[in-house]
Amino acid sequence: MLKTILCSGSGGQGTLTMGNVLANAAMQEGFFVSYLPCYGAAMRGGTAHCTTSISSEEIASPVVSFPDVLIALNKPSVTAFLPRMRPGSTLIYNEDLISDVPAKENVRIYPIAANQLARDAANERSANMVMLAAMVKVTSLLSLEALQRSAQDLMGSKKSLFAMTLNALQAGYADIV
Amino acid sequence: MNKILMSGNHTAAEAAIRAGCRAYFGYPITPQNELGEYMAEHMRKIGGAFIQSESELAAINMVVGAAAAGVRAMTSSSSPGISLKQEGLSFLSGFELPAVIVNIMRGGPGMGNIAPAQGDYFQATRGGGHGDYRTPVIAPGSIQEIADMTFLAFDIADRYRTPVMLLADGMMGQIKEPVIFPDFIDPQTLPKKEWALTGRGGKESRYLASLILDSNKMEQHNWNLFKKYEAITANETRYESYHTEDADVIVVAYGTTARIAKGAINQLREEEGLSVGLIRPITLWPFPSEILYTLAKDVKKFIALEMSTGQMVEDVRLALDGRAQTLFYGRPGGIIPEPDEFAHVIRDAVKS
Amino acid sequence: MKLLNPWPKYHKQNVVSHYCPGCGHGVVHRIIAELLDEMELGEKAFCVNPAGCAVLAYDYLDIDMIESSHGRGAAVATGIKTVRPDLFVFTYQGDGDLSAIGTAETIHSANRGESITVIFINNAVYGMTGGQMAPTTLAWQKTTTTPEGRKPKADGYTLHITDMIAPLPGVAYAERVAVTSPAFIRKAKKAIRTAFQTQVDQLGYSIVEILSTCPTNWKLSPSESCEWIHTTLEKEFPLKVLTDKREEKRKSC
Repeated sequence: MLKTILCSGSGGQGTLTMGNVLANAAMQEGFFVSYLPCYGAAMRGGTAHCTTSISSEEIASPVVSFPDVLIALNKPSVTAFLPRMRPGSTLIYNEDLISDVPAKENVRIYPIAANQLARDAANERSANMVMLAAMVKVTSLLSLEALQRSAQDLMGSKKSLFAMTLNALQAGYADIV
Repeated sequence: MNKILMSGNHTAAEAAIRAGCRAYFGYPITPQNELGEYMAEHMRKIGGAFIQSESELAAINMVVGAAAAGVRAMTSSSSPGISLKQEGLSFLSGFELPAVIVNIMRGGPGMGNIAPAQGDYFQATRGGGHGDYRTPVIAPGSIQEIADMTFLAFDIADRYRTPVMLLADGMMGQIKEPVIFPDFIDPQTLPKKEWALTGRGGKESRYLASLILDSNKMEQHNWNLFKKYEAITANETRYESYHTEDADVIVVAYGTTARIAKGAINQLREEEGLSVGLIRPITLWPFPSEILYTLAKDVKKFIALEMSTGQMVEDVRLALDGRAQTLFYGRPGGIIPEPDEFAHVIRDAVKS
Repeated sequence: MKLLNPWPKYHKQNVVSHYCPGCGHGVVHRIIAELLDEMELGEKAFCVNPAGCAVLAYDYLDIDMIESSHGRGAAVATGIKTVRPDLFVFTYQGDGDLSAIGTAETIHSANRGESITVIFINNAVYGMTGGQMAPTTLAWQKTTTTPEGRKPKADGYTLHITDMIAPLPGVAYAERVAVTSPAFIRKAKKAIRTAFQTQVDQLGYSIVEILSTCPTNWKLSPSESCEWIHTTLEKEFPLKVLTDKREEKRKSC
């Protein structure tokens, strides 16, 4: 088993955090993982993306040509990465910020009202965690508890942030039925 | 200890501390800043020395001082900063002082960019500084290897009294992977460095000089260094062999490109049934020439894959010594090649 | 019979000096060797010597030494002192080494207030390479690279590096002296003793700039060279204490 997840959004949306929480969760669940952030002049408002590879075997390339899953937090992410989506792959996008996603053959597409869900459950800034939880539910990649444990590991020392993260993860997971 | 998810830059720093390094000197440069920042946070707390120096020149010369006093010392930088350290590397070699230098490579020449590249292979393996010396160069291929190879780098440095370079690129510096660190080494338990200068302390005075005006003595010094380099070549050459048993074509790649090549090789073997393998040099100097030469008995095609316009490929050619064909594909300037791209190149090589 | 001026313990014996007749280096070496003995610092002393004529200082000083690459003495000394604060660490540098190629290391080690002592030999010329212009070369002074004399507009002005760093808070003690006569040598020894003691007392960075003779490259006799220091060089580089912050450092400790 090898699953590759590309998270993409604008700087400040928590794109890299999403990948980090995911990679850490998968590692704690006993998978091989590799987390590749784009880096450099990334800052609030710029674009940011990261690739997380999760596998039952040692991971060869951290660089991925065709991701199995794309989590898109903003419109430029869809424009940039939809061409890389192959049949059988999955796109999960934030429908509060993205409209007019073109259909693509054999790509499963899930719109998530991430900003709204995050606002209701915690704080709009937790939209990334809503998306992440929705993704693991859609793909059956990991359990909600695995994400929550990972979040505790990475943010447990910041109590209010952690509480919001837990609520946002819950909301995203529950949104997929 | 437990597995933790850590970036390459943080891993090199943590591993150095655990390996008994108690002196770090460095100057900020992307994409390796997290290494120095980690040292700033942790080194002084355990009684080590940390200085953000005024330049890379100053940093490597602070390393000279700390190493001369017998302490495991390290500096790190990225390509343009490593150019500035070359004088220090030459002096460390001349003095026969152990030290570890980390180069998290970026695009070049000149200021270049901050994206990952492998354009410093020549500089790292051919000396870079002046004079007749060699630097052992270790190129880790994963975050776990960065941890293990940092320990190895300090060990080789001490054992042979030589500077050792850990060569990775911006991608290896930034990716996070699970790592299990070796246990802490108490510097007090390391083999005692009888040669270290710590004041006379009632004994005869000693000095470290790389100026040897008498040419006969200088020649002898050069031959002594050469003997040491021969021993390093005999004892410390390392590589990984991946699916070479049945390979018709063998890829040669190190660090990041080796990882990407593995992805391509897996794809070609699983989806297309092509018999391709990989030799991943772990030490770039000494280069694993022998295994390439041996494999060339049966394998007639080798492809060097690099994030440069072709540097390591020269060592591949030298190693094969005309026994097999050497092909090359590279992406310089900070472009990270993709597995699919490499698969394309390897497929073409198999079928041509 | 008692020898009034015995050979200093930390100066090697039976060595033939490579320094030119009338050169100031030998005098300064002797002062250092005497002080290391008198102040009981020799057994834990670690000297960093430069590229330049004094690269061979380990032929004379009988203490642990390391040669530094050109200009990097202060960085090497910083590396030693940070990992072994118990050692007595000093650099011995010339004007080209310290105030041209090593300017950054000089300024920043001073600014960090490194607990090291710098012995700075200023003879206004590059000695070992054959008499080229140094940063400290005077305006209109002839050297092999200023054959018509140093023209400030083209060759730059005389650099006063010790005056530049003296105001820095990290610099506890800075003095300029000369080694041209027994009286001046005694004053120089007193200055170096003070600078050494500054390090022993852990008060910060200390530096002694020594106006020293280079008869060969000045193309003067040794006695003319000593005269020239006082008639000419000293006018540009007055002999005095440039900063003494030892008392305030002691209070803030």
